[in-house]
Amino acid sequence: MEITSFNIQLIAMAGKMAIVLGALLNAAPLMAWAERRICSWMQNRTGPNRVGPFGLLQSVADAVKFIFKEDLVPAHVRKWYYLIAPGLCVVPAFITFAVVPFGPMIDVQGTTVALQLASMNVGFIFAISVSSLAVYGIIVASWASNNKYSMLGGLRSTAQMISYELAMGLSLVSVILTFDSVDLMHIAQTQGGSLQFFGMNVPFLPNWGIFIQPLAALIFIVAAFAETNRLPFDLPEGESEIVAGYHLEYGGMKWSLFFMAEYAHMLTASGLIVTFFLGGWQAPGAEWLISQFGLSEQMAYWGLVVAQVLTFWLKVILFMLFFIVIRFTLPRFRYDQLMWLGWKVLVPFSLANIVITALVIAFGPR
Amino acid sequence: MLIKREHGFLQRFYLVQIFIGLTITMKNWFFGKNITYQYPEVRRQYSPRYRGQHFIKAVNGVENCTACMLCPTVCPADCIHIEAGERDDKEKYPVKFEIDILRCCFCGFCEEACPKDAIKLSNIYEMADYERRVYDKDFLMIQRSQK
Repeated sequence: MEITSFNIQLIAMAGKMAIVLGALLNAAPLMAWAERRICSWMQNRTGPNRVGPFGLLQSVADAVKFIFKEDLVPAHVRKWYYLIAPGLCVVPAFITFAVVPFGPMIDVQGTTVALQLASMNVGFIFAISVSSLAVYGIIVASWASNNKYSMLGGLRSTAQMISYELAMGLSLVSVILTFDSVDLMHIAQTQGGSLQFFGMNVPFLPNWGIFIQPLAALIFIVAAFAETNRLPFDLPEGESEIVAGYHLEYGGMKWSLFFMAEYAHMLTASGLIVTFFLGGWQAPGAEWLISQFGLSEQMAYWGLVVAQVLTFWLKVILFMLFFIVIRFTLPRFRYDQLMWLGWKVLVPFSLANIVITALVIAFGPR
Repeated sequence: MLIKREHGFLQRFYLVQIFIGLTITMKNWFFGKNITYQYPEVRRQYSPRYRGQHFIKAVNGVENCTACMLCPTVCPADCIHIEAGERDDKEKYPVKFEIDILRCCFCGFCEEACPKDAIKLSNIYEMADYERRVYDKDFLMIQRSQK
């Protein structure tokens, strides 16, 4: 095959899709295992350790069980909506990751390849809007189930998503004001080097969003927890209150699709948080470290790229672990507390953050 | 009912409290002592006074029991059934000694009531079975513990 720019892009796209889809599909089994193991360690237990080394094949055993379970459709559901709801839940969770850059722009024989599935110049708006589509899956599932607990879960989910969507988007406005771009790749590129603060250079701190916009980072992370329906915001599920919430009437593989959607959402949320606030694929010190090996220029370049891609995934994994630790630390919010936090705390603070950021950018020192 | 609680600034700020909570869970994660017994391989040692599966104490293959009927009398679950008989040497002994283990509540009253130290409760706690069993005399005569 002739090496043209188009062919390189084609092959690169296949590779990128393999990486991202592989990560998203493997997130559910690996996280299910990690969550159970870490939960049990925190509670001074052992957790699943029988199937395979360290219990790693537990998820495989679970998957086999799900596949061989009877695919039961209760008699009282709206069949069509009941069956498409898990899909509606999974798809938005998967396609949001398309705009998250997991590596830098690389140069392959004169062709620039962005390590990002879709280089959109509306990346941030795409991520916010598509990830909020996931609520439709939950609403359809809850309504089609024809069950009062499912219905309650769906109602809670709707109210929660709308409240926190707002704070999430508003907190990101101040971030894109700071980085002067809505393209996620550009935002990640800007976060290289040491911290630039009001024109001053702060050494030993990377130029990451969390240091420049700490309040926005906090609001976004809290809202991301709410968007992914994780504890302390798992009111749509609320095991002790409404049994299992929106997926109460689901079983077997259909249930595990909801499960997969939750973990894909977590991965996407982690990816977005890492991109906006934790420097994306920027690996501070990697350049210096690679120069110590005395490699050729070509090798050093590719070494840096690999280090940066690995750094991105490492950051994402660490954030996923943070999700787990939070889950087994905090109890669930009461419903009025949830609304109070969303509307009276996060939204005003993010609005104030936008105003202050805009004023500083307009009149502050360069 | 909503109960008004007074909170200081740090409690209301919430983030510090979250951080304290996270340190507690992280401490347990990394330094917590694992208290799980890996059951089939490692078994829990109960106290020697544990009341488990019954047996009738025997000396030289002869049961201590004289069929005095004190244990079926005291049994609150009414699960012991004894039929007395006579040996050649005019000694009273149980021809039939049955314990309906499904009814037994393991109170240990039979062991306390027994004047001959015959019926005993061992440390054995694994009594799962495939059928609804009534322990007969042959089964109870197996000497189950050193107690």
